[in-house]
Amino acid sequence: MEAAKNHFFSDMGVMLGRSMRHIFRSMDTIFTVCLTPIAMMLLFVYVFGGAIQTGTDNYVNYLLPGILLMAIASGVAYVAYRLFLDKQRGIIERFHSMPIARSAVLWGHVLTSVVSNVISVVVIILVALMMGFRSSAGVLSWLAVAGILVLFTLALTWVAAIAGLTAKTVEGASAFSYPLIFLPFISSAFVPTDSMPTVVRVFAENQPVTSIVEAIRALLSDQPAGNEIWIALAWCLGIMIVAYLFAVRAYKR
Amino acid sequence: MSHAAISVKGLKKSFKEKEVLKGVDFEVRRGEIFALLGSNGAGKTTMVRILATLLEQDGGTAAVNGFDVASKPDQVRRSISLTGQFAAVDEILTGRENLIMIAKLRHLDHPRQVADDLLRRFGLTDAADRKPSTYSGGMRRRLDIALSLVGKPRIIFLDEPTTGLDPEARIEVWKIVKELAGGGTTVFLTTQHLEEAEQLADRIAILHEGRIIAGGTLAELKQLFPQAKVEYVEKQPTLEEIFLAIIGKKEAI
Repeated sequence: MEAAKNHFFSDMGVMLGRSMRHIFRSMDTIFTVCLTPIAMMLLFVYVFGGAIQTGTDNYVNYLLPGILLMAIASGVAYVAYRLFLDKQRGIIERFHSMPIARSAVLWGHVLTSVVSNVISVVVIILVALMMGFRSSAGVLSWLAVAGILVLFTLALTWVAAIAGLTAKTVEGASAFSYPLIFLPFISSAFVPTDSMPTVVRVFAENQPVTSIVEAIRALLSDQPAGNEIWIALAWCLGIMIVAYLFAVRAYKR
Repeated sequence: MSHAAISVKGLKKSFKEKEVLKGVDFEVRRGEIFALLGSNGAGKTTMVRILATLLEQDGGTAAVNGFDVASKPDQVRRSISLTGQFAAVDEILTGRENLIMIAKLRHLDHPRQVADDLLRRFGLTDAADRKPSTYSGGMRRRLDIALSLVGKPRIIFLDEPTTGLDPEARIEVWKIVKELAGGGTTVFLTTQHLEEAEQLADRIAILHEGRIIAGGTLAELKQLFPQAKVEYVEKQPTLEEIFLAIIGKKEAI
């Protein structure tokens, strides 16, 4: 086992290169994970934005955190899809019958998810800057935002891994992501929760997206993030650890 | 143990209630083509998966290249290569990229050179920069087997290598298998086609209802059957014979 472990990082690097090629050669993936969130952002800012009262003068600033979370949620759906295809087509078996670190196959997919989501988040932020997004945040706040987004990505990626490894059909593998993509709508991502009926508001204020969105929004506008940041971190870490344990169990079977 | 390429003793495996292997014994000698013959569902693939360290047995022992599959899986993986029932090639990478990826995962020194050599050997040079989705069934199989030969493993497992291939592609695969064995590689193949075992195998074992019910060379297997019988069958004359008979009569007159 020793020798196989020594190659863990180079094996994972090969896996990363492979999956990144899959992403860049798939117009469908690029369209869904990057262009769709940008289109949503354009739609909300230039069509609905005028009618939405958020109490700020810059709606792009208000909207951006929610758009980033949506982009990540649609990005991880492809992790499930790629894992499912690898399993179904016998690629995982081929890798597992070779003298490589077995966990490198799964971690390669996870690393790909982080790298590809970082790319789409950066592209979306650049577009937001062109649309008038401005931030007074310092380096530390930006680092904190990056940390929360990476944790959020990892948490959802491990959820996606469970879906990809246990699904029976391609549709089943990515279906888990639909509720994730819709969660931002029932949160403070697009409009403040004050205007919602009580039941919806209670749900919106207590689901993870709201605290993550509020934390990022506070950090980007250089406001004190207060409790929200700890609640956001607790959600991300909690989901990540539970999903990781289930995913690894599914992978070993 | 050291002279046998594969040695299996009393191997057992059940899936839930179903006992698939009920104590399997056989030995594969170095450099030979060994065929495991059995009908669908006889447990051939289960056998291959255990030998390729993808599945753990419930009882008995199996050693590949002198290494126990249960306690020394990493050494076993170093000695073998598996070509599964369905061509496990990456659909999005090109043929060449597929080979380079496997060469990197086997930590070879010159992955590009290895890929070029195998492409040439398997007549895939012209198709090297195309995706396997554009290949014919026979070409995909050739790429699949080429992937298995990266790093020159001592023992190759071919699980139903010609299932789903047209007759021409089947003969091509047979030729490849014979060449492999000619070069000293041990080939373990499973098949449900009697003709395939007859054409290729030095020795054959018949797996039926979880046990090896017969084994040996083709000549030895033939001896298990009753002596060739002499039968008299009434034979209808062919048109040719009728024709010749009539001509002959006329000439006699």
